[in-house]
Amino acid sequence: MEDDAPVIYGLEFQARALTPQTAETDAIRFLVGTQSLKYDNQIHIIDFDDENNIINKNVLLHQAGEIWHISASPADRGVLATCYNRTFCYVLSLDSFGALGKSAAQLFIALATSSDSKVLTCAAVWRMPKELESGSHESPDDSSSTAQTLELLCHLDNTAHGNMACVVWEPMGDGKKIISLADNHILLWDLQESSSQAVLASSASLEGKGQLKFTSGRWSPHHNCTQVATANDTTLRGWDTRSMSQIYCIENAHGQLVRDLDFNPNKQYYLASCGDDCKVKFWDTRNVTEPVKTLEEHSHWVWNVRYNHSHDQLVLTGSSDSRVILSNMVSISSEPFGHLVDDDDISDQEDHRSEEKSKEPLQDNVIATYEEHEDSVYAVDWSSADPWLFASLSYDGRLVINRVPRALKYHILL
Amino acid sequence: MAAAAAAGPSPGSGPGDSPEGPEGEAPERRRKAHGMREAAGRPAGPDPLDPTDLNGAHFDPEVYLDKLRRECPLAQLMDSETDMVRQIRALDSDMQTLVYENYNKFISATDTIRKMKNDFRKMEDEMDRLATNMAVITDFSARISATLQDRHERITKLAGVHALLRKLQFLFELPSRLTKCVELGAYGQAVRYQGRAQAVLQQYQHLPSFRAIQDDCQVITARLAQQLRQRFRCALPPAPSPICARLLAVALPCVCFCVELLLALGEPFLAHARGRLEKELRSLEAELGPSPPAPDVLEFTDHGGSGFVGGLCQVAAAYQELFAAQGPAGAEKLAAFARELGSRYFALVERRLAQEQGGGDNSLLVRALDRFHRRLRAPGALLAAAGLADAATEIVERVARERLGHHLQGLRAAFLGCLTDVRQALAAPRVAGKEGPGLAELLANVASSILSHIKASLAAVHLFTAKEVSFSNKPYFRGEFCSQGVREGLIVGFIHSMCQTAQSFCDSPGEKGGATPPALLLLLSRLCLDYETATISYILTLTDEQFLVQDQFPVTPVSTLCAEARETARRLLTHYVKVQGLVISQMLRKSVETRDWLSTLEPRNVRAVMKRVVEDTTAIDVQVGLLYEEGVRKAQSSDSSKRTFSVYSSSRQQGRYAPSYTPSAPMDTNLLSNIQKLFSERIDVFSPVEFNKVSVLTGIIKISLKTLLECVRLRTFGRFGLQQVQVDCHFLQLYLWRFVADEELVHLLLDEVVASAALRCPDPVPMEPSVVEVICERG
Repeated sequence: MEDDAPVIYGLEFQARALTPQTAETDAIRFLVGTQSLKYDNQIHIIDFDDENNIINKNVLLHQAGEIWHISASPADRGVLATCYNRTFCYVLSLDSFGALGKSAAQLFIALATSSDSKVLTCAAVWRMPKELESGSHESPDDSSSTAQTLELLCHLDNTAHGNMACVVWEPMGDGKKIISLADNHILLWDLQESSSQAVLASSASLEGKGQLKFTSGRWSPHHNCTQVATANDTTLRGWDTRSMSQIYCIENAHGQLVRDLDFNPNKQYYLASCGDDCKVKFWDTRNVTEPVKTLEEHSHWVWNVRYNHSHDQLVLTGSSDSRVILSNMVSISSEPFGHLVDDDDISDQEDHRSEEKSKEPLQDNVIATYEEHEDSVYAVDWSSADPWLFASLSYDGRLVINRVPRALKYHILL
Repeated sequence: MAAAAAAGPSPGSGPGDSPEGPEGEAPERRRKAHGMREAAGRPAGPDPLDPTDLNGAHFDPEVYLDKLRRECPLAQLMDSETDMVRQIRALDSDMQTLVYENYNKFISATDTIRKMKNDFRKMEDEMDRLATNMAVITDFSARISATLQDRHERITKLAGVHALLRKLQFLFELPSRLTKCVELGAYGQAVRYQGRAQAVLQQYQHLPSFRAIQDDCQVITARLAQQLRQRFRCALPPAPSPICARLLAVALPCVCFCVELLLALGEPFLAHARGRLEKELRSLEAELGPSPPAPDVLEFTDHGGSGFVGGLCQVAAAYQELFAAQGPAGAEKLAAFARELGSRYFALVERRLAQEQGGGDNSLLVRALDRFHRRLRAPGALLAAAGLADAATEIVERVARERLGHHLQGLRAAFLGCLTDVRQALAAPRVAGKEGPGLAELLANVASSILSHIKASLAAVHLFTAKEVSFSNKPYFRGEFCSQGVREGLIVGFIHSMCQTAQSFCDSPGEKGGATPPALLLLLSRLCLDYETATISYILTLTDEQFLVQDQFPVTPVSTLCAEARETARRLLTHYVKVQGLVISQMLRKSVETRDWLSTLEPRNVRAVMKRVVEDTTAIDVQVGLLYEEGVRKAQSSDSSKRTFSVYSSSRQQGRYAPSYTPSAPMDTNLLSNIQKLFSERIDVFSPVEFNKVSVLTGIIKISLKTLLECVRLRTFGRFGLQQVQVDCHFLQLYLWRFVADEELVHLLLDEVVASAALRCPDPVPMEPSVVEVICERG
């Protein structure tokens, strides 16, 4: 069984949004949101059968608009949040105009645009149909005909705040708290009445000259989940969610725009960021003057950086040079001397795990460069169920599921 | 005596003889002796106690005769008898002869003894007479000495008084004598007198008269010493010149003499010499002075050389001549002396040389060092133990090393100065709006100025190894100085530091602002490349020729340096591409991000920003063209500017987007773009560049267009927005293709931009290609 071969799945639409189903710890499942301005957008629920190397998919319609960001609740498998562009009524009606003359349509658009010229990115919390929560066994072929619709739980009302850039869930909590970033505001929401109502608990905003806009944010799993880090332009900021005040600020973290960041799941204070200067930088938030480490492997903007949830030496990055790079950052991981026995429940290989051996420290290196994509990769993420498996999504709608090379896996485990 | 006589004449006596009865009374003694002979002739008898054995101790004549009578027949008895008789006779005659012989001797001996007896008696008488005479003489003598004793004592006393008086007289006369001697210049005599008198005067100084004499003497001696010192000083001319040297040869014995005298006067030689030399040192120190403009270093070392070193030489020579007898202990003392003063001298010289360190004139310094070193060779030879020559060589080496460091510093400063000049030159003319001095010109300026600096440094440093310089043949200057010092330390060190300085521009934290003007990056990159291709090997060859490197120290090979320079050049150029790409990217990004693409009006013009992009690219092209060669392009069709885009905008685009109106085929767009991608190669956006203009421009354009693409994908376009993008891209297409190596690349990226914009447009109605062309041509 050619175990290390990548599994490729193609979507019909452009796509940028990818998330593992965070609350699911048994099955390998990813959620992908599409971007199409012309058709109903979809959320593909991708089930990966590890043993048979088969992908099962289910498609949910997301009629609200094209999806820019998607995140799944850490507590409830069926709940997810998306950021989407609100579709325009006139676009929908344009098809009905079809027969009319071009000029008329143009006139209409001219009118429409002059009256409603803003594209607004909104965010909402949704629930998927019950039967899809844990995957279904329908044949993957006729999914389009039986496409189901998401149930809207609540809107995160952002009319006063501007475009939503992303929504992040409190990582360890009960799925009641989310942070959303809207232009220069950071908003903390409480979801009430089984998520059917979102109440703005507190907010903070970034002031400064020019138009400040958050591009990305992550919620730290450490410190009792009281810290959030955000990126805007070239700056990284840390926030305390209790007081909504800034804790630290890394000015000029990258030479250009910071695209994404991620917290080390096992090592508090450590955080990785990536940006348009093609670099991935690792920071210790206690000393923000210098990055702990800098990687420069990509040849274009790095859009995504993700720590492995269990073995934080494994760092995944996706870039618009169409490559996904898996790096082994042993020297700054929580296991600088190889794997120490812990209690994660991974796989059968654990039985073979021998006693702690004294190993020589490993070198930081690039483990693999995955070149299955032909367009910019805008999203990568690890599976929440299998720590050795990850997915990457490129703009042309290609989703690739890859595994950590076996040799390395055994090296880390044994 | 009888036995001996008997043994002679009767050897033949047979065994058979036996004493006969009637002759049985023959003396037993004789028989006994006889029997002994028989016994010897016979085989050893079995029984020594046998009484019949003639020779046995227990011989019994009776038993023997009985036995003969009983055992032998008559005839045999008869025979025995005759035989025995014969033997007896023979023995008797023998005895007689012996007696006669010895009797005469006895007679004469007796006579002699009698005569002696007579003589002794006479002698005894005379002895008695002598004894009596002697007694008389003794008696007389005792009487004489008793009478003379009294007078003898008085004479002895008188003689003692006389000697004392003479000594006293000498003492009283001493001052005047000394004065006279000093006047006459008979220093030797004077010193001898003084030497003789000193002890006595010392002893009796408690007596007033002697005290006076002693004082006088001391005064005179002091004067004498003064004079001697004077002469000593005169004899050591302060500024030896060739003539002086000859004089010195003459004066030296004189000096020795003085010294000897001084020594005799009890003055420590070295202490005196020290005083003189210390004076020299003080004058040197005064010259060194805290503030006054020191005389130039040459003069200084001259002073030091002639004053101090010359003096030291003389002292050493004199000392060795005088105290050669003292052996190793003396030499040791002298060495210590020389070492101590020498080290003080060296400290002064070093202070002076340190003042020189900042200055520029190497030749003066080298000459000064040469003199200094040359001067010290003389005492060095004299005083090998003091290690003066080694210390001097060490100082020279240290100065040489410092000099090298100074030059390296100078070169670095010159390089930085050049860079500052370039910066100013780059910054200034922009304000005037005029084309400033061309980059090529600046580059040539920088290169030539650095080269001339290097050459100047080499020339300056080369003085250290000139043949006529005394220390140039030291192993340090022959080997290490050339290879490690000049080649590695100065030249290679400079090239390293140049590369590092240049590279530091790439790592500058101000990535965003770009603190370094891009033109400077470009210029440095070209400079490094030039170094890689020619200058490094030229400089190193020059160095190797000037400094015949002839030792086995490993030296950095040219290839390593070239590789470093090339790497630096590459990094600089890549950084240049990044910086310039970033500038254009920022323009494009701002233009895409800040515009509201949904509500734009129908495009009538190419947007100004695109024109700006083309202008900037052209400017960069010109800039790079000044320094880098054209590079290779892929072959291109004659009117590529028109062809591709029009084809793309009309037919291909129609083909691509028309199906997307039919909702049944949502896959087509992807399919098409995927198929298209299958045939195109992956584009590495921030890939390293080659050293030519086309590659640089390609890099910049790639970065810019990829940025445009990514930005477009983040926006949503209205129909006119899309058309505007179309127009812009066509415009870029029209102007950018000529800059890049492979125009396909530009097409591809621009295609993708338009395609993405179309995807991001809910109402993708492309503009008529002809209209696009018209707009672009108009704009």
